[in-house]
Amino acid sequence: MRRLLPHPVVSGCLFLLWLLLNGTVEPGPALVGLVVALLGGWALALLDPGQPRLRRPGLALRLAGTVLVDVARSNLAVTRIILGLNKDRQAGFIRIPLALREPQALAVLAGILTATPGSAWVEFDAEEGWLLLHVLDVGEEEEWVRLVQDRYAQPLMEIFA
Amino acid sequence: MTVTLLSWSLLLAQLMLGAAMVCASWRVLRGPRAQDRVVGLDTAYVNATLLLITFGIRSGTSVFFEAALVIALLGFVSTAALAKFLMRGEVIE
Amino acid sequence: MMTQAAELPWFAAVPVALLLLAGAGLTLVGSLGMLRLKTFYERLHAPTLGASYGMSCILLASMIFFSVLQTRLVLHEIAIAILVLLTTPVTLMLVARAALHRDRLEQSQGVPASARRRPDGDAS
Repeated sequence: MRRLLPHPVVSGCLFLLWLLLNGTVEPGPALVGLVVALLGGWALALLDPGQPRLRRPGLALRLAGTVLVDVARSNLAVTRIILGLNKDRQAGFIRIPLALREPQALAVLAGILTATPGSAWVEFDAEEGWLLLHVLDVGEEEEWVRLVQDRYAQPLMEIFA
Repeated sequence: MTVTLLSWSLLLAQLMLGAAMVCASWRVLRGPRAQDRVVGLDTAYVNATLLLITFGIRSGTSVFFEAALVIALLGFVSTAALAKFLMRGEVIE
Repeated sequence: MMTQAAELPWFAAVPVALLLLAGAGLTLVGSLGMLRLKTFYERLHAPTLGASYGMSCILLASMIFFSVLQTRLVLHEIAIAILVLLTTPVTLMLVARAALHRDRLEQSQGVPASARRRPDGDAS
């Protein structure tokens, strides 16, 4: 089973995407999709990205919900800034210490922070674990540190533990 | 009734996306530095993808969907290559 | 023009119209940011507006439109959504790192020399 399906989640996603693009569940396209999904899984196993283990799917779903709400809120805040409704704001760089070391978890965190309009991941120092973040409206620096550490990094550490 | 509502909202949406394309293109032309132009180009690619989707809704066919998919892919590859070029001065090392 | 739209019932047409306007509006605001924001690092935030909820709204409108029109689920727009959602942060991070690298080479003002917090505490 391990040899046939080295990355079951990735293969499953590939299969679903194939069905979506074809728009049918007829046996012909589905069979081709199955072959594509298997080949994709093997190719990924050859590249050997390491086996990420998703520990707590419930927590992952809750984190996804949090991110959706946060991105919506940040969208509104950035809209106000661009339209010039928020005059007394200060853009700047913020340094945040991170205990997270898992490459997959860091990639997800980078995606979350950059996809949020108000903040952008700029650099990560892997040796000492410092993250350099650029934010559009700094406000309280402590709040940003707490937001990243407690709201995102903590759940990610539990999910990818 | 639904036709007028849809065609007017489509027209407005397309005008807004067109204006967004103009803004992004202005940043590409204006610069001032190479990285500004690259971010402008990336924005223009996303806007072009969305504009093609609205054209698809107007025509009622899925041809535009495939074009939008190709544009979205091209946008990622070209911006990634340009960013690599900015970093090192060479695309292939 | 818009011949098929006549068959669309109003309970689908209204959300499609609203989603289209909201998505295009958000994308326009994001691109306006490309003009209005002053520095490169500020402008880095602008495209995410269009690439997050702007894109989602327009793709959702397209999904509702075609699903109701063809009376079957048309979900292939999700492919574009996943693509844009995954690639935009990656490209922005790449460009940000390249810009930081170039700024450090040119020793520009207001750019941190490293991600580490220095003991002497530089302000930027």
